[in-house]
Amino acid sequence: MIDYLNILLYVQIALCVFCLYRIIRGPSIADRMVGIDIFGILVVGICAILSITTHKAFILDIGIAWIILSFIGTLTLAKYLSGKKLNE
Amino acid sequence: MRYIALFILAFIFWLLITMNISVANIIVGAVAALVTALIFGKHFIKDVIPFLQPQRYFWLIIYLIIFIWECIRANFDVAYRVLHPAMPIKPGIVKVKMSLKKNIAKTILANSITMTPGTISVDIIDDYIYVHWIYVSSEDPEKYSQKISGRFEKFIKKIFE
Amino acid sequence: MEYISFILICIGILFNFFGCIGLMRLPDVYNRLQSATKCVTLGTCSILLGVLFHYGFVEAGVKAIIAIPLLFFGATVAAHALVKGAYIFGVKLGDKSVKDDYKDVPKS
Repeated sequence: MIDYLNILLYVQIALCVFCLYRIIRGPSIADRMVGIDIFGILVVGICAILSITTHKAFILDIGIAWIILSFIGTLTLAKYLSGKKLNE
Repeated sequence: MRYIALFILAFIFWLLITMNISVANIIVGAVAALVTALIFGKHFIKDVIPFLQPQRYFWLIIYLIIFIWECIRANFDVAYRVLHPAMPIKPGIVKVKMSLKKNIAKTILANSITMTPGTISVDIIDDYIYVHWIYVSSEDPEKYSQKISGRFEKFIKKIFE
Repeated sequence: MEYISFILICIGILFNFFGCIGLMRLPDVYNRLQSATKCVTLGTCSILLGVLFHYGFVEAGVKAIIAIPLLFFGATVAAHALVKGAYIFGVKLGDKSVKDDYKDVPKS
């Protein structure tokens, strides 16, 4: 079972390439930010599968922290897009 | 009152995330929850008294079942549109009227609209909510208001108001 | 239990794949955000449920189950902020779009 999970882990990592394509090629700056947002959610999935294949539970903690950090990062980028200062 | 509610919520969150009932852990969690409640208490929900009534939680469970069903349907809808060779999309931004008054109810309605098939909420101004819709299927405001927000509005009114 | 968790993880990765295909194929920012947010969020929730079934209700399983509501609210609020920011920044709706009610309202 662990071997199949390893294959699924590689598939999930390969999905990040789509996001990288969108980050590099995106015609406007908003496309790049969408790519960054989705990339952050995919990393949480990588953390979850990795915690099963390596039998270490603390990787889930990294996933939870990553959710919150990616959320705050996206909010900051969106605030920059709408042309406000960060303290408004 | 809302400071106490936030303190209890933060403390339960701490206990769930550590899963460890020793005295030292409980003391550290209580101090951290107290600091959190003192700093962020003034941004919490205004009155927490209505949330002590048990029938609201009954409606919350029914609402969750409907919401999860809509979520799964949304995913198959998006998969169909993406995998179809001709991509059947007809996007547009429409204006939907809603009858909710409290801020928390408006927030939950906007979040629900974002996760249901083909719609994503753009902005809320007074009583209107602006929705980006991937397939604008009718021109009549009554009809599409019913289609987008009518399913959730009556449950959210029972839960949060 | 092992097999249930394996099947849930497979379903999650399938939905993630649909979301990424949508991110590649759809024509403008708003449609891309629609497909990507919905599919990827539910796919990752499905993977976390698979982790819960693998561990059972012990420390790690409870961590997986409290990650689900955090992910839900985080992803929806971030998508809403990105859509509004992109509209104010001046990204046009795509060629296929038929209606725009948000054009004439004062933005804050």
